[in-house]
Parts: sequence; structure tokens; C-alpha cells
Amino acid sequence: MLLIHCPYCEHDRSELEFRWAGEAHIARPETIAEISDEAFAEYFFLRDNDKGVTYERWRHIHGCGRFFNAARDTVSDRFLMTYKAGLPKQPVADVAATEQTIETYEQTEGDAR
Amino acid sequence: MADVATRTTPLRGTHGGSASVRLTPAAPAERLSLRAASGDVAALSRALGLELPERPKTSASAGGRTALWLGPDEWLVIDEGEGGLMAACAASGALHSAVDVSHRNTAILVEGQGAAATINAGCPLDLSLKAFPVGACTRTIFGKVEIVVLRTGEEAFRVEVWRSFSEYAFGLLAEGATDAAL
Repeated sequence: MLLIHCPYCEHDRSELEFRWAGEAHIARPETIAEISDEAFAEYFFLRDNDKGVTYERWRHIHGCGRFFNAARDTVSDRFLMTYKAGLPKQPVADVAATEQTIETYEQTEGDAR
Repeated sequence: MADVATRTTPLRGTHGGSASVRLTPAAPAERLSLRAASGDVAALSRALGLELPERPKTSASAGGRTALWLGPDEWLVIDEGEGGLMAACAASGALHSAVDVSHRNTAILVEGQGAAATINAGCPLDLSLKAFPVGACTRTIFGKVEIVVLRTGEEAFRVEVWRSFSEYAFGLLAEGATDAAL
């Protein structure tokens, strides 16, 4: 079971108390009624879905109820950092992002004989 | 035929526990879900007669009332005395949202040396005295239901749960109590 640090409770809590809430740091266009359909689709529907370090919103729904932002490695499923909503995107230390101890499906199956 | 409405509680007649834990449905109490911004906390604290806690995982108690910190702007206030929470908040003059949830919640008292182990049967929270001292409280998950846990003593907890979930919570606590006594 993952322990996730809630920046509002200031405590590591079990993943059971949290819900994923999509990609973080998506700014709503200020002139949303005037932008083109393509620009709206880009803002509204299209997400990066990066492999590796991503910034996500999470909600401590069965705790303090607050939304916050987290940097998570989608390959190792490791939370690198969490911080309060409203703060700018926080830099992640490079060490965590380049660890080599990950076994993905491609890595293990690619070597199978 | 009697024409008197008899008040019954959701957990009436239930009893449970084991050699090391006692499970008791708590007496009915008045409860308030209170939300307010930090600037209005002082006025509400004065009106309620207790200091609303502003640190995570803490509670405050005075005159039969207990205020539990649930979130940065959210409290659960429990009155086991004369009541009057809504009136007190309304008279505070501060901007707030108060919802009477007295009948939404019910509570189960878990007491005895295996109390922490009983709750941990369905809840991964660290309930050691170091991490969760007397007076600590939090909203968390217990099995499939959301609960609010308040540590009322070194070996005593109050588990607040929604009334329609209370049979499930009581049943799982009873299972945990059996395991805690092994």
C-alpha cells in the first residue's frame, strides 16, 4: 500500500484515502468564449499522459477533503513530492527521476526466450 | 395502541466486544458540520465556548462540547450536553456554514487494551500513542466506510460513522475485537 503525504494534514496517509483528479497546472483560457474550437479542445480534452514524471492533482477525499498537487513517476508509481494547490509547479530532483531499478512489462517480456 | 413516537437509535440492542475490547453504541448527541474561513474562527470559538483547533489531527473539548479538526476550514462539533450548537453559531456574527448532522451520524465507543488493534482491523492508520495521542482525531476510512476517529483516552476511541453505515462498522469492529483478543 502506498503512503501519500497530504500537505494539508502534514502526514503520510494510506492511498485508500485519496482519489486521482487528473493532470495538474492546466490554466483555463481567460477569453474562453472567443478561442477557436481547436484551442478549446486542446485545453478541455487533450492531456499529455507522459511516461515518467507527471504532475497530477490528487484529492484527500476521505481525510481533509482538499485537492493538492503531486509529482509522480508513472513508471515506478512513486510519489516524488506533494504540495498545496495554488502553488506553482515545483521542480523535482533529478535523482528520483532517473532511477534504473524499474521493471516494466516491456523490459521483462522483451528479454523472454 | 400507543400514539407516542418512540425514539430509537440506529444501533439499538447491539452489543459486542471481546475479552480485551468493549464496544458500546454512544448516546445520542448533537452534531454540527461547521465550515468557516480562518478570519472567522475566533468569533465562532467565542460563541461555541471552546477553541476551534487550527492544527491538523487535533481536537478541543470544553463544557461537554468537542470540536474536531477535519480539514483546514472544516470541523465536526459534537455536543453531549444541552445542545444549542446551531443557535450559538447563528449568534456568533461570523460568516460560516453550519449544518446540523446530529441524525446523520452515530457513534461507537471502542474501549479496552485492544482498542487500537480493533480499529486497525479495517483501517491502516497508525494509532500508536506517539503518532495519535489522546485528543487526536481524523477522518479516515474503515473497511468500506468513512469514519471519524477521536482518541478519548489511551485505550479509548470514539468512532463517528454515518447511521446507515453503522451496522457495517459495528460488525467489522466486532470482528476486529475478536481478533484483538486472540
